[in-house]
Amino acid sequence: MINSRPRKYLFTKGLDQYFTDVYKAYKFVIRFFKEAFHPPFHLREIINQCYEIGVKSLPLITLTGFITGIVFTKQSRPSLSEFGATSWLPSLISIAIVRALGALVTALICAGKVGSSIGAELGSMKVTEQIEAMEVSAINPFKYLVTTRVLACTITIPILGLYCGFVALMGSYFSVYTNESTSIVSFFHNGFSTITFLDVFSSVIKSIVFGFTIGIIGCYKGYNAVHGTLGVGRAANQAVVLAMFLVFIEEVTIVQIANWIRYY
Amino acid sequence: MEKNDTITNAEPIISIKGLYKSFGELDILKDINLDVYKGENMVVLGRSGSGKSVLIKILVGLLPPDKGIIKVLGNEVNKLSGKELDALRLRIGFLFQSSALYDSMNVRQNLEFPLTMNKKNITKQEINTAVEEVLDAVGLKDKMEQMPSDLSGGQRKRIGIARTLILKPEIMLYDEPTAGLDPITCEEINKLIREVQKKYNTSSIIITHDLTCAKITGDRVAMLLDGKFVKVGKFDEVFESDNEEIKSFFNYNFIQ
Ligand SMILES: Nc1ncnc2c1ncn2[C@@H]1O[C@H](COP(=O)(O)OP(=O)(O)OP(=O)(O)O)[C@@H](O)[C@H]1O
Ligand SMILES: [Mg+2]
Repeated sequence: MINSRPRKYLFTKGLDQYFTDVYKAYKFVIRFFKEAFHPPFHLREIINQCYEIGVKSLPLITLTGFITGIVFTKQSRPSLSEFGATSWLPSLISIAIVRALGALVTALICAGKVGSSIGAELGSMKVTEQIEAMEVSAINPFKYLVTTRVLACTITIPILGLYCGFVALMGSYFSVYTNESTSIVSFFHNGFSTITFLDVFSSVIKSIVFGFTIGIIGCYKGYNAVHGTLGVGRAANQAVVLAMFLVFIEEVTIVQIANWIRYY
Repeated sequence: MEKNDTITNAEPIISIKGLYKSFGELDILKDINLDVYKGENMVVLGRSGSGKSVLIKILVGLLPPDKGIIKVLGNEVNKLSGKELDALRLRIGFLFQSSALYDSMNVRQNLEFPLTMNKKNITKQEINTAVEEVLDAVGLKDKMEQMPSDLSGGQRKRIGIARTLILKPEIMLYDEPTAGLDPITCEEINKLIREVQKKYNTSSIIITHDLTCAKITGDRVAMLLDGKFVKVGKFDEVFESDNEEIKSFFNYNFIQ
């Protein structure tokens, strides 16, 4: 009885694997929500992680945001000036940045920077038995490592997204200023005249979803890493790829919903 | 001899009955039976891949058994709730084969971590005293502020031991404490294991394939072959056994 256990698959091996993976990920997310709302909350570790994720991403976000603003403005100018509509530039840019670019650029950068580092960190802790070491000292590693990181991502990435949008607008203003020397007040007045509350709101919601996705995917991949050091690299890599993929899908979905609300 | 008589009457601290464990189609442990008594050092000998690490991971509930009754300190491990299991784990020290020190923390933080996470009302003063005491016990007081990556393998093992000692466990489980270390460091670790036994009055399971370590640290020795304990007894009894496989295990070790 013990020696003969033929392997049976519900579908094929690959398909079975896929469904068990999805189920495992689903359980992981459910466990997060269960643990997140029960003490102890490890506030210090959350703040620590917010610093790691947020403050340490600031330089990169600043640079990317600013350049996105400049480039986007420069590229849009010729087409608008063809119709003599360069005065529309600030509102066009603002819509693009507030509705889409700020949150999306931040999410993609963080998926690369934060997602991979969480995946690698937890992955290496997993394969070197550090996570088991926590368990045997009666510390809940899920709570201490996963919940804190996911919460930190969910809190910081929206803030980074807003900041990125602001920096991108500054970049855009810089570009506009070098051409038309518009005052900053009229630039922002002009730009914000077309922005609605729903734009900002949906963008923040989007960022929160992105932040959660990046955190939970990084943790899931790291926490379930196997096969030694090779598995650590794989976890980091898969965390980035999967998080980016999901970010795009969520972007499309949330835009659809926002548009539906807007025109309903 | 006298000691042996008293302990056989007592209730075992760790009792394993009819334990089976397999991974997929791979049967690792097949009908394991073992009793460890209070104050005793039990050495588990066995080849690489024979399932020694799996065995002690089952003892602390890191892996579920397929079958069998495992009692540690009177608790049936695989029937405990999360909270009860945590309470039991606090009474057990576990030294991982890889030491498993937290990379992101220095030595002091590694030692403080289990304390601060488990004892809510502990004062800074008490923590410092505890840290210094265990570092003193393993003889590495000067390494307090170093990162684990800056320590040697033997030092890491000793910090690992210190980290488990800080919670004052009643049982110590050592997973290959001397593997990959030079003979002199091995000797130090062996001594340390004996000192811990005396000073903290622990019962231990020591996993190893190093015969010197087995002889020095073990009160009794259990030989794991093909997923079963084929011989349990004093080192010399096991050593002089006429089981062919045990003989070849010992011979191989000496040729090495
Ligand atoms: N989580 C796991 N999943 C699948 N197989 C495992 C798992 N853990 C251990 N094994 C398998 O169980 C067997 C025994 O592993 P174990 O680590 O207990 O060996 P060991 O006796 O400690 O050897 P060593 O002396 O090399 O440490 C190995 O063949 C290993 O591949
Ligand atoms: Mg092992």
